[in-house]
Amino acid sequence: MGFEKFLFYCFAALTVGAAAMVVTRRNPVHAVLWMVVAFVSSAALWLLLEAEFLGIVLVLVYVGAVMVLFLFVVMMLDIDIATLRAGFIKYLPVGALVATVMLVEIVLIVGPGNFGLDAFPAPSAAGVDVNNTRDLGMMLYTVYVYPFELAAVILLVAIVAAIRLTLRYRTDTKFIDPVRQVEVRKGPDRIRILKMPAVVEAETQE
Amino acid sequence: MIALSDYLILSAVLFCLAVAGIFLNRKNVIILLMCIELMLLAVNTNFIAFSHFLQDMTGQVFVFFILTVAAAEAAIGLAILVVLFRNRRTINVQDLDRLKG
Repeated sequence: MGFEKFLFYCFAALTVGAAAMVVTRRNPVHAVLWMVVAFVSSAALWLLLEAEFLGIVLVLVYVGAVMVLFLFVVMMLDIDIATLRAGFIKYLPVGALVATVMLVEIVLIVGPGNFGLDAFPAPSAAGVDVNNTRDLGMMLYTVYVYPFELAAVILLVAIVAAIRLTLRYRTDTKFIDPVRQVEVRKGPDRIRILKMPAVVEAETQE
Repeated sequence: MIALSDYLILSAVLFCLAVAGIFLNRKNVIILLMCIELMLLAVNTNFIAFSHFLQDMTGQVFVFFILTVAAAEAAIGLAILVVLFRNRRTINVQDLDRLKG
């Protein structure tokens, strides 16, 4: 058994174990942290598949941004875990049954008979001159340039939607509005000029 | 050598775990979103395994776009979740019955 195969089994076991922990943990914070383990070990598997750029992106974008966002939301919401856990045991048999049936069906199709080394021989390892990031970039910016720009638009829409959804105008805060500040005129707003008759000091007794 | 079927079976196991997770945690929207992310991870692993064994970069380009869309989906989903919690003080799926569906 080669070292590569040993690494594959290690990271595969870690990924599956972490995924199992994600779906069974009582505390959502623990689930998010196990999710981080699953993503990092999957990134290692992607590195084994010579997809270096996407492996790094998975760690940077998923662990660094999406999972932190999840963690942020989980910790911000004051949720009652006990009621959310109700029915966990009740649905365990049907969930396990459906998952097992699906797994058996998929494995029957994608098993070693159809997708083994005979049908898909392992490609020889890429040399040191192969640059995965450069190859992916060449594809993205030539053949797939319009889908790439669409992806940028999707991200922009997501930013706008997320900000607009969570934006909240508070009426009870006291703050200075610069727009109204510069609109103030000297005349009626800042000072008021009153016309009043001169007051003559009363003559003293002479 | 590691065969293509090894990677496919691994991602099948991941996908089925995520399906089981949706059954088990059917009241907690956060865990449901995380199960969807796990499913996408399994699908992405499939794409990259085929891309490697067929020596075709298109699979990796596809994974790139899936990652983009999944990040947007997670951001909007969590924003909806925050608004939901602000309005209803709960994220229990069974309490979300205002539409009387």
